Order: sequence, then C-alpha cells, then structure tokens
Amino acid sequence: MSDRRDFIGTALGAFAGLGALGALYAAKRTWDPLPSVKAAGFTTVDVSKAEENVLYTEMWRGKPVFILKVPKDAKPDEAPNGRDENAYEDPRLIKIGNDKFLVAIGLCTHLGCIPEYFAANKKFICACHGGQFNAAGEVLKAPPPSPLVIPPFKIVGTQLILGEEGPEYKQLKAQGLVA
Amino acid sequence: MAHFDPNARPFSHKWLNERLAIDTLKRVLSTEYWIPKNINFLWAMGMVLAVTFGLLLLSGIFLLMYYIPDTKQAFDSVNYTIMQEVGFGWLWRHIHAVAASVVFLIIYIHMFTGIYYGSYKRGRELIWISGMLLFVTFSAEAFSGYMLPWGQMSYWAGMVITNLFSMGSLEWNWLVEWIRGDYVPGQAFLGRFFMLHVLLLPLVIIGLIIFHFGTLRIPHVNNQDGEEIDFEAEAEKWKAGKRKEAKVIPFNPVFLSKDVFVLGVYFIFFFYLVFYHYQFAMDPINFDPADPLKTPPHIYPEWYFLWSYEILRPFPKDPGLIAFGFAQVIFFFLPFLDRSPNVAPANRRRPFRCWFWLLLIDMVALTILGKLPPVGIYTTLGTIFAWLFIILWIALPFITKREKLVGGKK
Ligand code: HEM
Ligand code: FES
Repeated sequence: MSDRRDFIGTALGAFAGLGALGALYAAKRTWDPLPSVKAAGFTTVDVSKAEENVLYTEMWRGKPVFILKVPKDAKPDEAPNGRDENAYEDPRLIKIGNDKFLVAIGLCTHLGCIPEYFAANKKFICACHGGQFNAAGEVLKAPPPSPLVIPPFKIVGTQLILGEEGPEYKQLKAQGLVA
Repeated sequence: MAHFDPNARPFSHKWLNERLAIDTLKRVLSTEYWIPKNINFLWAMGMVLAVTFGLLLLSGIFLLMYYIPDTKQAFDSVNYTIMQEVGFGWLWRHIHAVAASVVFLIIYIHMFTGIYYGSYKRGRELIWISGMLLFVTFSAEAFSGYMLPWGQMSYWAGMVITNLFSMGSLEWNWLVEWIRGDYVPGQAFLGRFFMLHVLLLPLVIIGLIIFHFGTLRIPHVNNQDGEEIDFEAEAEKWKAGKRKEAKVIPFNPVFLSKDVFVLGVYFIFFFYLVFYHYQFAMDPINFDPADPLKTPPHIYPEWYFLWSYEILRPFPKDPGLIAFGFAQVIFFFLPFLDRSPNVAPANRRRPFRCWFWLLLIDMVALTILGKLPPVGIYTTLGTIFAWLFIILWIALPFITKREKLVGGKK
C-alpha cells in the first residue's frame, strides 16, 4: 500500500519536475534577444574626410563607436598610472591610407558610460567613476580594467565596415589587442 | 462536525462565524495579538512602511492608465500626458515619486531601530531575514520603476547597473545581453522592466509583507529594554482587568490607535513633500529623453543607493564588484554575525555601542560622498569609508563574542 503511494508520489514529482524544467526553459528563451536584434546589420563609415584629433561617433548595434584620426603627437598631458607614451605609436591603431585611426566601442570598459574626448589633453575621461584612456584607448586611470574594445571591422579603400571581420581585425585579434 | 444553524440570518455575525470563524481570526490576528507597553514611536515605522506601500500601489494604478511602455512614447506619456493633460495626473506622479523615496528613508530607520535594540536575535532571526528580502525586492522595484520614464538617467542607470552582471573579469556579456534582451537597453529592456515593476515585483512584495508579519506573530515585537516578556502571563493580567499591571496591550484597538497617531503625523510630513517639495524625488537630468549617444556628465543613483554605490566606486573593477556584492548581502547575516546573547539597546552593550554608531555614521558619509564627483580628496575619503564599512562587518563577530552579559531590565 505505502509502496504504491510512494511510487505514485515519485512519479507525480518527476512529471511535475519535468514540466517545471520545460517551463523554465521557455521562460529563459522568452528573455533572449530577438533574432531581429541579433541580426543587427553592418555599419559603413567613410573616413576620408575625417579631421585630425576630432572625435567622430557612429552608431553600431545600438552602441556608439569612436573614430579618431590620431595626431602624430598624441602624448596625453598627464597619466595618473604613469603610462604617458605617445598614443600614435600604439599597435592598436588602425592604418587607413597614410593615417592612423582609433576605432573602438565608445563604452567605458568599467560600467559602460560614454567617455568624453578632450582634444587638448589627448585623452578620454569617463565622468561616471573617473576612468581615463589615451587616444589609442589604453587605460590611463582605473577603475576601467582594460582598453576600449575594438569592434570587428573591415577596411575597403577609405571605408570602414563595422561588424565584419577583415584581415586587419583578425591580425589584431590574434595579437590579443582587440579587447 | 461543523454545525450550521439553519435559522441564522445570511451574512449575520453568527452566519459568518460558522463559515469563516471570524471571531477566532479577529482574536488571533488583532484583539489578542499582544504588544509590549515599553516601546516608542520607532515601533510604528513598520506600519508606516505598510501604509506607504499602499500609497505606492494606489498612485501606481492611476499612473498605469496612461503610461505607455514604448521607447518612443514612454517619455512623453509621462512628462506630457500624465503631467499636463490628465486631470490630477501630476498628483499621482508626485505621490508615487515622493513615496518611492521616503519609503527608503523609513526602511533605513526601521532597520537601524532593529539593529539598535537587537531585534534580530532570540527567535526574531526570520523577522530580520524576511525584512532584508523586502529591502532587496524594494530596491529592485525602485530600480525598475526608475527605468520607465525613459529619460537620460533611466537609460544610463539601466546601462551601468545591468553591466554589473558581466561579473567583472568573467566578462559574462551573454548574461548582460540576456537581461537586456538586446546589446544595449532598448524596447525589450523597457518591456520586461515594465512587467517587473507593475506586476511581478509588487506580487513578491505583498507575499513578503505577509511573511514578515507571520514571522512576527510568535516571537512578538521586541521592547526598549530587550526584556523577555512572558506574553501569556501578561495577557492574562490584561484580560483579568489588571491593565495597569500588565506589561502588554492588545494590538487592536489599543496599539493600533497609537500607530494611527504616528501615521497622522507622518502624513503631514508626507503631503507637505508631495505638494511643496516634490522636486527632490525627481532628478532634473531625467527630464531629458534617453540618448544612447550621450552620457550625462555625472551619473549617480537615487540617494538611497548611494552608500553601496560609493563602496563600488573607489576600487578597481573586480575588487569593486566584490566589495559591492559584500555590501549587498552582508546585512542578511547580522543575526549570525552578532555572537552576543544580549538583547539590549546598543547603548548598554559596550563595544557594540561604538560599532552601531560608527556603522550609522559611515553609511551617512558614504551616502554624501556618493553624490560628489570622484575626484581628489573625495576619492580618498570614499576609499577610507568603504574600507571602514568592510572592516566593521568583519570585526562584528569578534567584538560581540567578548561582550559581557548585560541584563535587560529584570
Ligand atoms: C516595506 C517593507 C517593510 C514593512 C511593510 C515592514 C513592516 C513591519 C511591521 C508592521 C513590523 C511590526 C511593527 C514594528 O516593529 O515596526 C515590523 C517589525 C520588524 N521589521 Fe519590518 N517591515 C519592512 C521592512 C523591513 C526591513 C527592510 C527590515 C530589516 C532588515 C525589517 C526588520 C524588522 C524587524 C527586525 C522587526 C521587529 C522589530 C521588533 O521586534 O522590535 N523590516 N516590520
Ligand atoms: S563607467 Fe567609466 S569609470 Fe565607471
């Protein structure tokens, strides 16, 4: 008698458990980004008219992307962590024609605010918690733990296609320089 | 066998009593729920909280009728339709905003009252833990509500807070994107936070309030001396007519009338804020519509989150997150970190007395610093006070373990 009850109880529990798992999975998938969001397209930017030391901000997958033609002398006025090298020599910069560009997602790697570029000081300052980056996106002051992230890109002439992985991007990625 | 008198008039007292046991319910839940005499107005804060939650629910229902959870329309539906077109729409919005802010002030008073009098020990652990669950759920409720007007502060607070879930160097971007339903806060994000704010979280809060009350019923509330009262014996005295001698009074109608008096005073303060001083509860930056391409110059959360935000800020990313997580959960453990058996006001418990006041001062200091920009001396002070918070909690078991026994009165 009690054996039968135990069995029925266990079977009921197992079925209810399965149902609950299925429902949880459905709930999880409902919260996933929609396919239309994931398939967000590519953004093409022409950099031939960019002026030196002026920050351009493009939109890619809802995120701002910084494009900065870095001047030959891009030494920041001051680096709280002591790394005040000339950012023009940084390997993270991307060569397009004869110019070097910073192409990076314009969200602070700390908690995602948009840092502001101070052209005279040759650096970015994040207002949220005081993080700083040089003109190549390298950290000059914590809390941001890592440089500004370089998005997938491809160079076609003077055009930059964001979202596609070109050879230059793959090379940077292989060197571990994109993030 | 249940007995139903066929002659009882429908819906008469007798008729209802046979079907619902209303006399027993009333006795157990109110007329014979005993409250010590030896308490002060701070013990009315729980009721003030319950009523403020009621105000939030009521004003929220009216806001809900015109609010539109759409990234293109949300801002105008609040700032134009509700504020300018809907008759008395501004009243509901001001009540809702002021109540959302004041409820945290009262929660903090309620919490520190509990800490001061040791009301989280000796059978009252679950009261404390259910209270902390309420605190966390209220925080989530406040945050989700803050997203809804889709202003600049909504958007950027949403960005920064959801990014916390990348767990620092673990780089769990998938989790952040899952929570948002997008790479950045957008329609999917607004829709789900709207659901959380108006349905799921309020339901959880209502359930937790019932649970909180349930945890109070058997241990009863503490008193100003931490005295262990024999509630049965004292209740007998009251019922025998020895009302002067009894150490307790019934919740209803005697204690309730005191609660209502405190509520009256509170409402004067509350509606003064609603009508004459509501600006403090509405950040001016949130009167600019959300702009994904422009961070406001200085992002800070509402005042009640500032202390924990300030614990995050002075450290590098990973340690900052760990310190922040510590601050979020550590209060849950208070009943077990306090190793002293004393249930007495903090002022009679020697080292604990310093601990209590230091913690209070530290959290006020962190709150003030959280509002200031992270530069120069403020960063230094922020670091010091953040460390003090952590050290205080680590020290708690050690200083309470050494504590001498202090009798409450008798
Ligand atoms: C909206 C949220 C809350 C409501 C509606 C609420 C309601 C109440 C009520 C009605 C009481 C009894 C009267 C009193 O002692 O004030 C009470 C007691 C208590 N609450 Fe809460 N509470 C809330 C949040 C919290 C929080 C966040 C904590 C702390 C973690 C907390 C901890 C306690 C404790 C320790 C007691 C017992 C006090 C004593 O025994 O003297 N409550 N609460
Ligand atoms: S988000 Fe930039 S420093 Fe925190």
